[in-house]
Amino acid sequence: MTPEIGYAMTAVALGLALYGSAACAIGARTNRPVLIQSAQHAAIGTFVLIGAAMLLLVYAFLTFDFSVRYVATNTNRGTPFYYRITALWGALEGSIILWSAMLSLYTLLIIVRYRSRQAEFYPWVLSVMLGILAFFLLVMTIPAPPFERLAPIPPDGRGLNPLLEDTGMITHPVALYLGFTGFTVPFAFAMAALITGRTGDEWMRVTRRWTIVAWYFLSLGLLIGGWWSYHVLGWGGYWAWDPVENAAFMPWLTGTAFLHSVMIQERRRILKLWNLTLIILTFGLTIFGTFLTRSGILSSVHSFTQGSIGAFFLGFIALVLLGAFGLVAARGDRLRAEGELDSIVSRESAFLLNNLFLIAAAFTVFFGTIFPLLSEAIRGVKVSVGAPFFNLVNIPIFLALILLMGVGPLIAWRRASLDNLRRNFLAPVGAGILAAGVFRLLGVANALALTCLSLVVFVAATIVLDFYRATGARLQTGERLLPAMGGLLMRQNRRYGGFVVHLGILVVALGVTGSQAWSIQTESTLRRGEALQIGQYNVRFDGLAASEESNHFKVTGTFTVTNNGHALAVMTPAKKFYPQEQTPIAAVDYLMGLREDLYLVLGDFARDGSQATVKVQLNRFVTLIWIGGFILTLGAALAILPEPRKAPSPLSSPPGGERAG
Amino acid sequence: MSHRGKFLLGGAVILGALGYLVYAGVSQSVVYFVTPSELQAQPVPGKAYRLGGLVAPGSLKWEARSLDLSFILSDGKTSVPVRHKGTAPDLFAEGRGAVVEGTWSGEGYFKASLIMAKHSEEYKAPHGNEAQAGYKELLKTLKGRGNP
Repeated sequence: MTPEIGYAMTAVALGLALYGSAACAIGARTNRPVLIQSAQHAAIGTFVLIGAAMLLLVYAFLTFDFSVRYVATNTNRGTPFYYRITALWGALEGSIILWSAMLSLYTLLIIVRYRSRQAEFYPWVLSVMLGILAFFLLVMTIPAPPFERLAPIPPDGRGLNPLLEDTGMITHPVALYLGFTGFTVPFAFAMAALITGRTGDEWMRVTRRWTIVAWYFLSLGLLIGGWWSYHVLGWGGYWAWDPVENAAFMPWLTGTAFLHSVMIQERRRILKLWNLTLIILTFGLTIFGTFLTRSGILSSVHSFTQGSIGAFFLGFIALVLLGAFGLVAARGDRLRAEGELDSIVSRESAFLLNNLFLIAAAFTVFFGTIFPLLSEAIRGVKVSVGAPFFNLVNIPIFLALILLMGVGPLIAWRRASLDNLRRNFLAPVGAGILAAGVFRLLGVANALALTCLSLVVFVAATIVLDFYRATGARLQTGERLLPAMGGLLMRQNRRYGGFVVHLGILVVALGVTGSQAWSIQTESTLRRGEALQIGQYNVRFDGLAASEESNHFKVTGTFTVTNNGHALAVMTPAKKFYPQEQTPIAAVDYLMGLREDLYLVLGDFARDGSQATVKVQLNRFVTLIWIGGFILTLGAALAILPEPRKAPSPLSSPPGGERAG
Repeated sequence: MSHRGKFLLGGAVILGALGYLVYAGVSQSVVYFVTPSELQAQPVPGKAYRLGGLVAPGSLKWEARSLDLSFILSDGKTSVPVRHKGTAPDLFAEGRGAVVEGTWSGEGYFKASLIMAKHSEEYKAPHGNEAQAGYKELLKTLKGRGNP
């Protein structure tokens, strides 16, 4: 019965979402609050039904209900308890449920928060969100039903993809999808603004914190994805410019651009059209990413025609883009700028440049990702565009972005005077140049690494300088040091939250630079008792052991590691043999350190345990990437806190006070 | 020149530079995907290729001590000998699809710098008793050895 109940739930939820979306729109147009009330009930019903469907599927996983095809393909009797729950989003159908659940959660939060506020926007926002939700429910009903029945019922299932049996896979999709679906909120408000004709900056101010939430979860999703890749895939890297990664990275880039350009519109009332374009693109890219990774188009343009899911997504993307840009065109007269750029040396133009580079990065990633598809479809030639392309094109762009990260927040609005430039940038530029010299003397020869280090020091110096000055100003009024610093963070949480996020990004940048420039690796076949040397570490092979786990067999190598002759650790990289897979899966073992990780991957081995091939890597500064992610979390949390009313400051208030409040 | 003009000019210059960067990037680092037949038809020594085919059964040789891996990639019509330094990825095996990236050596073999095994996402029934027996034997030979 489970398949039928589940299918019925998704079908009814689809009906409710469609009804709610239409009722809201009609209610708003004809001014009938009753209809909006009714749509609200439909939305809550959708939320409950999707939640119940998700729980039902979890229940099917927990009870090994193999009459559901999705359960049978993604679990077997040996799959451990917690991975049976997360197997829910182990493949396409389940991840669409997860997506819908997240989206309906955001919809519920919108109802709770805005049903008696934002009376103009609210019904349209709800209508747009339910419309988008209806699309995903449609996907769950027709091309990718998670509750499809499997007959005859097999005695055991196939099992979860072993690579997904990992804690990273418990959290990564949740964070990523909270990020993806989160961008629906600012998108829906933007559409509501266009429909109602209230195209001022109100929709952006309402959704400012929603955008940060979405951006934060997307960042977290990307970082956890990198961490999963690093400690599961056994190649010692965290980012491969794989299309799946690129698909999530593109909306991050445009979302980051949006996050920054809304600040210019709020302050200067320009870039209205640009901001709408950015949020439409960001939302479109979240859908496009799912299309790219789930339609099978990546393996070949020809596999695209095999399933209908690709056509559904492509149709939806076309609908979204046509509808959204159609609305923009219809409201073109209301999107004129109310001000203009005064000078190239100003905060506006620094932000504009930041936007230009972020969009350029998004475009190059987009281009590199789809170029092989275009080449195959148009010229019939299969090519691949790999990491060298993305690195070559993106490294200069990202270096420029780091530079702007230092310039943007401190340079004056409108027109920066020479005095402003000297006051804010003389010391940080000096610090950056000094750092380059010091690192050069310390033996850093890599020009790229040197440039990046110097830029990071420059940006960090601007942040420290700003915080130091602002704290100093508060100390003048007689405050003590710690309350002054805390008060500053809380009263200007948006500004300093942003700074903390920037610090996090800088630390990530250091980690990426360090690991790319200084990691080393070696590979060797060792007889029992033999050792290899890497850096100051000595790695000795002591033998193999086999064990039987709940759903796989495991061969574990034992390696004794000494650091300059001092005993350090016994490390146990392994190979796992899953019955449902034809080839083994590596289980990496690594010692994490701030400066470097010692990373062991067991390769081939002799069946009698007399010798084994092992790949040993010294991955330098990778830990900084995870630390940067943690700092970023703190900064985002600070920026999400409600802004205190009226917090004028000499640094952030607009000259001339053209904006009230 | 008006401010607007200056901004447009500046933007155009930056976009032009980026366009050039993309163009240079593509022409430098695009790698052509070829089948063994296509490669054998006109091999260019030193040029980077991605070569895809089936790992011919019985062709896989692995010298553990020297880390020399060699095998033959075939597309049913033509085959290409491939040499690689280092262990193969986990999903690599005889009779399965593989894609290797590298260059044509000019001496009759393809020098691979990267091996990518093709991951099959299709539904596969769990192995029969044969595979299970293989694992059991592995367990038996390794059990108790080494110091876990």
